[in-house]
Amino acid sequence: MRLYETVLIIRQDVSATQAENLTNDMVGIIENGGGSIKKREYWGLRSLAYRIKKNRKGHYILLNLEADSATLNEFERLMRLNEDILRFLTVALDEVEEGPSIMMQARPERGERGDRGDRGDRSDRRSTSDRRPAAEPAAEAAAEADSAADAKAEEKEEA
Amino acid sequence: MAQLEITRAAVRRPHGRRRKSCPFSGPNAPKIDYKDVKLLTRFTSERGKIVPSRISAVSAKKQRELSRAIKRARYLALMPYAIV
Repeated sequence: MRLYETVLIIRQDVSATQAENLTNDMVGIIENGGGSIKKREYWGLRSLAYRIKKNRKGHYILLNLEADSATLNEFERLMRLNEDILRFLTVALDEVEEGPSIMMQARPERGERGDRGDRGDRSDRRSTSDRRPAAEPAAEAAAEADSAADAKAEEKEEA
Repeated sequence: MAQLEITRAAVRRPHGRRRKSCPFSGPNAPKIDYKDVKLLTRFTSERGKIVPSRISAVSAKKQRELSRAIKRARYLALMPYAIV
């Protein structure tokens, strides 16, 4: 038995409840195979960075699970066959991260999240004049460190 | 030894550059995670390319980790492969 993290993307035409049912099916496969689910997150309908099979949006689901390789193979095979699942990525983990993932911490309101992203960018721009990290390596390094600290502080505040 | 120091000083002074330090090492460095899109986008160019470590000052070990994370994020369409 090993720990894995799977992120899957479900087609945009599927409703949130259908996506939920589909996830339940997938969870069922793992549990039937003797595995268990450690964490389950629904990131909502996010827009994709590029089109996948003509879709511009997708439901993102994150599962942290414990399973043996045979179960995982079956799980992946079925996901590959399911046409509602656009894509999935399974990564082996050493341990399950405590608490909700970054996506869940920063996301809730789509608009709010966008604003915050902009703010982060601006602090970069202030020190480099250009958004692209380039030109002055030393200045950039300093800016990186600073903005990392800024981002940390900002997130603390929001929480 | 003495000579080495002189040359290094000579190289460094004219530009007045601070010593680079890796943004991912140190006590409260962020953890590299493919899900943390906000963090990863800071290490990509406007066109979505991964910024070389000589510019971003990320250590070699962390740069490998970072590029792996960016590639995973791209596969999941969290980040673009290219911005045209």
